[in-house]
Amino acid sequence: MILSSNNISSHIHSDRFLLWSLRFLTLASGSLLVLVMIFLVHEAWPAFQQLGLASFFTDAAWYPTENLYLLTPMLWGTLWATLGSIMLAAPFGILSALFIQYYAPPFLAIGYRRLIELLAGIPSVVFGLWGLVVLVPLIARWQLPGPSLLAGILILFLMILPTITLVVQASLAQIPVSVIHNATALGLSRWSMIRRVILPTAKAGLFTGIFLGVARALGETMAILMVCGNVVQTPSHLFDPIRTLTANIALEMAYALGNHRSALFVGGLLLMGMVVVFVMMAEGFRHRETYAATK
Amino acid sequence: MKTAILEKFIPSLLTRLKLVAWLGVFFFFVIVFSQTLAEASQGKLVITGSSTMAPLVSEIGKRFERLHPGTRIDVQTGGSSRGIADTVNGLADFGMVSRALKPQEHALHGATIAQDGITIILHQDNPVHDLSNEQIKAIYTGAITNWKSVGGPDAPITVVNKAEGRSTLELFLQYFQLSNRAIRAHVIIGDNEQGIKTVAANTHAIGYVSVGTAQYDATHEVPIRLLSLQHIPATLETVQNGTFPLSRPLTLVSKTPPTGLAQTFIEFSRSSAVHDLILKQYFVPHP
Repeated sequence: MILSSNNISSHIHSDRFLLWSLRFLTLASGSLLVLVMIFLVHEAWPAFQQLGLASFFTDAAWYPTENLYLLTPMLWGTLWATLGSIMLAAPFGILSALFIQYYAPPFLAIGYRRLIELLAGIPSVVFGLWGLVVLVPLIARWQLPGPSLLAGILILFLMILPTITLVVQASLAQIPVSVIHNATALGLSRWSMIRRVILPTAKAGLFTGIFLGVARALGETMAILMVCGNVVQTPSHLFDPIRTLTANIALEMAYALGNHRSALFVGGLLLMGMVVVFVMMAEGFRHRETYAATK
Repeated sequence: MKTAILEKFIPSLLTRLKLVAWLGVFFFFVIVFSQTLAEASQGKLVITGSSTMAPLVSEIGKRFERLHPGTRIDVQTGGSSRGIADTVNGLADFGMVSRALKPQEHALHGATIAQDGITIILHQDNPVHDLSNEQIKAIYTGAITNWKSVGGPDAPITVVNKAEGRSTLELFLQYFQLSNRAIRAHVIIGDNEQGIKTVAANTHAIGYVSVGTAQYDATHEVPIRLLSLQHIPATLETVQNGTFPLSRPLTLVSKTPPTGLAQTFIEFSRSSAVHDLILKQYFVPHP
């Protein structure tokens, strides 16, 4: 009984301790992002001051040693590679998830899932190496030079496919059994059940999967660096070599000085901007969709 | 009742104890770290200059620091010219210079620690065995785009170039008197290994990499061939004795003849104790 008052106060005390440590941790992780942004802007600042914002979009080309810092070809490279890979990976990922969840016999579903999980665990540099020694020569036999936008899209496709499949499959698995029972009771065929009931219910999960896929594709560096050829140009077709913003930073950062170094940070800032715009678009879309669904 | 109270009490006590323990560990490291820093500032050498040499010199510096506790080797990049300027102005003990010294710089004391050479590489199955400097230049500027024009098969040439800022690119451009804008590349690579893999994977590619890496890979069943330049074969020996044209010395320069710690460091950098570090950076050790 002597302990009881102590106990009550200590109980509250530990609660308060938890609350404050949670607040602190949240603040820490939130300010980390802000700090990264500040760091990026700080490092990019000399280039803004000495070259001006416009030069990154109006210079003749990207030749840092000759003071030319055009970033747009790499912006397009990043966009096209991401777009191409997501156009391939989204249908494949969603269909694989549906297959695992509703069509495959259990042993196949489990085996296939394990395979996809394994694919998700392969480090990107291994994908890059495989791309460089297997995929690129294959493309080169078809159309020279080989390292190309197409190679980048295919490698990114392999990398984001498991992300999309696993996230979508997890969200499908969370659909209440009652929904499926109801649909079955209505006499719907399996495909119309999926199309009319399952997919609309799992919409948020589909978006999350695609969203994570795009984010990974935008940020991927090592594999892209190894298979894309890294020539700075706006691609005019699939077999053109491209350089992405991430590859540009990885290729040149170690040897860059002065304005060149700053310009690479501007590239990083641009990439960050792209992610922000994309997140906002995805949020807006998701918000509209959920709103439409409840109406 | 009492046990329940105790159970509630103990976890929060444990959390607090853990926190105290972690703080203790943290401060312990802070103290150890600051002491190491204080110790290290006893003997310090500042070395600035060429970004080609910086990774090598910093590796040598790390090994030197281990062998001579209490010393610190501070390596900064900024290009060969900055290395010379800093040495002349007394801002640095040594300048790293990866080019031949200009006449007005000959008053400085230089000690070559390694040689750097780059070689043109082709795929092993490419029948072309010899290219003149003019032909190489024409291929890289896009004037020649088919192997047929230089005695090879009827196939388009894949030109492999290096990313901006690499010293290999700089040396290549300087030797062939090209500007990077004039080069029409199909593939741009970062490090030597990536270049070698690209050429090994494409029968019709041409690239250039460090002699050290290329020779190692060519003798380890990678299907590439090192081209002779002006009829001088690209080998570690020709780079070492300076006859291979596409090579340059890597030199540490100082204002006055080095004494004391600086002298010890130079002797160490030129000794066989660092040959493995030099080879690891794909340079050729000083004979």
